[in-house]
Amino acid sequence: MPQDSAPYLQISELWKSFGDFIALRDISLEVKDGEFICFLGPSGCGKTTLLRAIAGLDLQTSGKILQGGRDVSALPPSQRDFGIVFQSYALFPNLTVEKNIAFGLENTGRSKTEIAARVSELLDLVGLPEQRKKYPAQLSGGQQQRIALARAIATSPGLLLLDEPLSALDAKVRVRLRHEVKELQRKLGITTIMVTHDQEEALAMADRIVVMNHGVIEQVGTPTEVYREPETLFVADFIGEMNQVEAAIGADGSLLIGKRAFACHDHRFAEGQRVIGAIRPEDVIPHEIGYQPKAGDVNCLDVVLDEMEFLGSFWRSRLKSDAFGEAELIADFSINAVRRLSLAEKMTMTVELPAGRLMAFAPPDWNELRAEDRQGGGAVGNG
Amino acid sequence: MADTLTQALPRGPKIKSKLSRDDLIMRGSMIVIALYLFVTLAFPLYAMLSKAFSTYTFDLTRYEFQVSDENGQFLTPPVTAAKLNEELGALSAGELATSSDGRLPATSFFPDFSFRSPVLYKIRGTTPDSRFLVGSTPHSGTEWVELDSNKFRRVVLRPVEDVGLANFASYFSTPALFSSIQNSLVIATISTVITVALAFGFAYALNRSCMRFKGLFRLIAMAPILVPSLLPGIALVYLFGNQGMLKELMMGESIYGPIGIVIGSVFFTFPHAFLIISTALAISDARLYEAAVSLRASRWRTFWTVTIPGARYGLISATFVVFNLVITDFGLPKVIGGQFNVLAVDIYKQVIGQQNFEMGAVVSVVLIVPAILAFAIDRLVQSKQVALLSARSVPYEPKPSPKADWLALGYCGLVATFIIGLLAVCQFAALVKFWPYDLSLSFNNYRFDIMDGGGWDSYFNSIELGLLTAVVGTCVIFFGAYLVEKSNGFRVGRGVFQLLAMLPMAIPGMVLGLAYIFFFNDPANPLHIIYATMAILVVCTVTHFYTVSHLTAVTALKQMDREFESVSASLKQPTMKLFSRVTVPVCLPAILDISIYLFVNAMTTVSAVVFLYSPTTTLASIAVLNMDDAGDIAPAAAMGMMIFYTNAAARILHQIASKGVLKRTQAWRTR
Repeated sequence: MPQDSAPYLQISELWKSFGDFIALRDISLEVKDGEFICFLGPSGCGKTTLLRAIAGLDLQTSGKILQGGRDVSALPPSQRDFGIVFQSYALFPNLTVEKNIAFGLENTGRSKTEIAARVSELLDLVGLPEQRKKYPAQLSGGQQQRIALARAIATSPGLLLLDEPLSALDAKVRVRLRHEVKELQRKLGITTIMVTHDQEEALAMADRIVVMNHGVIEQVGTPTEVYREPETLFVADFIGEMNQVEAAIGADGSLLIGKRAFACHDHRFAEGQRVIGAIRPEDVIPHEIGYQPKAGDVNCLDVVLDEMEFLGSFWRSRLKSDAFGEAELIADFSINAVRRLSLAEKMTMTVELPAGRLMAFAPPDWNELRAEDRQGGGAVGNG
Repeated sequence: MADTLTQALPRGPKIKSKLSRDDLIMRGSMIVIALYLFVTLAFPLYAMLSKAFSTYTFDLTRYEFQVSDENGQFLTPPVTAAKLNEELGALSAGELATSSDGRLPATSFFPDFSFRSPVLYKIRGTTPDSRFLVGSTPHSGTEWVELDSNKFRRVVLRPVEDVGLANFASYFSTPALFSSIQNSLVIATISTVITVALAFGFAYALNRSCMRFKGLFRLIAMAPILVPSLLPGIALVYLFGNQGMLKELMMGESIYGPIGIVIGSVFFTFPHAFLIISTALAISDARLYEAAVSLRASRWRTFWTVTIPGARYGLISATFVVFNLVITDFGLPKVIGGQFNVLAVDIYKQVIGQQNFEMGAVVSVVLIVPAILAFAIDRLVQSKQVALLSARSVPYEPKPSPKADWLALGYCGLVATFIIGLLAVCQFAALVKFWPYDLSLSFNNYRFDIMDGGGWDSYFNSIELGLLTAVVGTCVIFFGAYLVEKSNGFRVGRGVFQLLAMLPMAIPGMVLGLAYIFFFNDPANPLHIIYATMAILVVCTVTHFYTVSHLTAVTALKQMDREFESVSASLKQPTMKLFSRVTVPVCLPAILDISIYLFVNAMTTVSAVVFLYSPTTTLASIAVLNMDDAGDIAPAAAMGMMIFYTNAAARILHQIASKGVLKRTQAWRTR
């Protein structure tokens, strides 16, 4: 990945409206050459609209798109430089696999033998050299997906657009193809933008994730950044799971939950402001019975282990504390920890909410958040 | 985030897409086809409407005369025609109403006129646009024209055109004309009830029983589509006419009139109703019947609570389609209607019989009203019929039940006998030497060249029309549907196109044909050159049957992935390559269906083309009509059966071709 060069794709102040409905608000984004970007968000967040604007399939209402230094804002798709794979794959049903792949190679000045050689090369690349004479309907979903990919990259476009390419497949195939697609992208070094609503897919594949909601970009960052350092409550909630509790900012920037003040992650709120305190279930640290917190450690808390649920690789535990009142704290304890600390339901224990992992967010408009479809993650605990 | 939510769209011009070459080609082609529809549909209809509202009267105040004495001295003062008419009482107001070709001799106002008299006459208009003819020389304006009496007898006044409802007023004050409205409505209603009931029984038997010979019955039910609607009329004449084989069965009633029209209408509309209802019954969910059985509902109750509601959209749709077909049909009532007037025949009589084009246009407008209503309701119902059958539905499989199956077979046998019977009577009559006196067989009636109607040429003209209509029509209609379905943006243009494409279904053939006369026979129209050629027959027939073909094409195109065009554009390939390499091959079954539909209808249609054929472009279906009109009923039957055999052969060829083509081009359908 070139480090300093000008961005390959530059989107600035992009707006898109359908009548009164505004689908994209003031989107600005830069994509580096060779980068794998995921647009992630719930359905209706505008991610597909943004992709189609980049492709020129649905033109933005206003705003600029530069690709490789060229202003493509108003160009029709045929004059831009991209390959695209749709959710439906859109393979031509009456053409064989090789003819599908060769479709974009024709009329480009290539000879028949060149085309045949390129088709073979692509079929090898996607690992389906045996299937060239078959029709799309004779292939499995995963194979069709790979043919669609081969067709999209046949002409070596500068940009590869993937519109939920894996969502029509069953879970196992999907996981396998994730790696294959990512591998292929790395091998070719092609700048790629993938739209998905599956956070796991985005975390596993992307170099950077663009989290979108209601037509705006909530956060852009690497997978670890958006997971570990979410900038908004929406990002925190949408990716992974998050305990949420109403809180306020106390003296010295501490977080007041109920009557207790906790040390927490850096934030930009003023004292007295109402916020949402949040921590991921796996960040809650269990301590052995009789653990004595160090002096001045305000982040340890006595809780009752109200309920435990075995979820395979860990135990999901619901914790209750006088400090939280009715609110439950959810913690995921590893099997190891449960065995080592002999944790059992109804026992009293000490847990630590590490200051670096306890975050404060601006409260959202709750009514709005409730109404929308919250896929993938989900608020756990008190709202 | 909160502040961005309140932010509004920035002002300033919206980004306008630069159009690619493909976009330009698509839009250009769409405009061409839309223009085609304007010229072949919207403009003619407009011409017809304006005709219906134009009135022509002689305005007598516009003319002044001066008469000399026997020595050629003009001593008396000039006098207007109105004044003269008032004094003489020569013409009533009703007599002053006329048509666009009206001519009123000036001598009407001079009862003692004699062309040998030495008296001289002067005539002039009182306004600059007053028109009159001397012989065939047109004059207008306020200049005096002096004529001797021999020339003056050749002076005729021309009417003034006005816009108004006078034509409608005179239509509704002529009981002989407006009684047709009631006649048409009654006939259409009775025929609809009988046809839908019979067709429902037939479709029910085929779909819900385990009777034998289902395939055969399905074929027989579709047979009437292959013949002109007037053929059953001819068969009925042979059966129940004045010299009919079964005349006694009529018990003194005459077949010429409502009874004949109803029986014939049931015959020719049966396939349409059967097809629609059968489709509705075929998509039933077996789980509903299992639920009914488990609730111990009686068969009768199940029928009314499951079967009928499930098929209700089909039934309603069939009702309006049949109603529309009957009320707009012209051939059948022409042959067997006798003195019983219906709207479609009135148009023909007004135009061909009395050359009263304005009144023909008025009747057309009257006929369009129920036709458009029926069409609109049908479309409304069709749009409501959304996926009754979900992906999880289980198709209903009838179980054998000897008693019910025999009952079904018996019923279908009866209906099939009716259909085959009428066709067989026609064939028999065509082969008999001289009905009913000499029943020996001969091919005399096939010597069309010695009869009225254009002879064998008509037959070959019809085949030419059928083939041209199928080829031209399929290309225009399928390509048009593709452009509307798959082009980007251009919303208004596409909306207008869709509307135009749906319109022909609502326009009765007689009305379309008459509209074509008004539009294409206008010498001022540059398209006048196609008048009285095969071209106008092809254009008219394509337009007449546009809607159903368009809908077939649209349905097929809607099943194509929406993103094909996007993929093709991203691969920088021209859309027309995608169209020829992918769209056409995948839609080939639908394309073949459209072409056979157009061919069969071009062979059988009478209504639109009856106004448009010329001596060199007579058609077989028109020949049936004209031979019947001339009393050559047996040759008419013979020609009708020729149409039947030709269409049947075309269907069989189509079937074979479809199978062959499908095998080669649709290999991808099989896994």
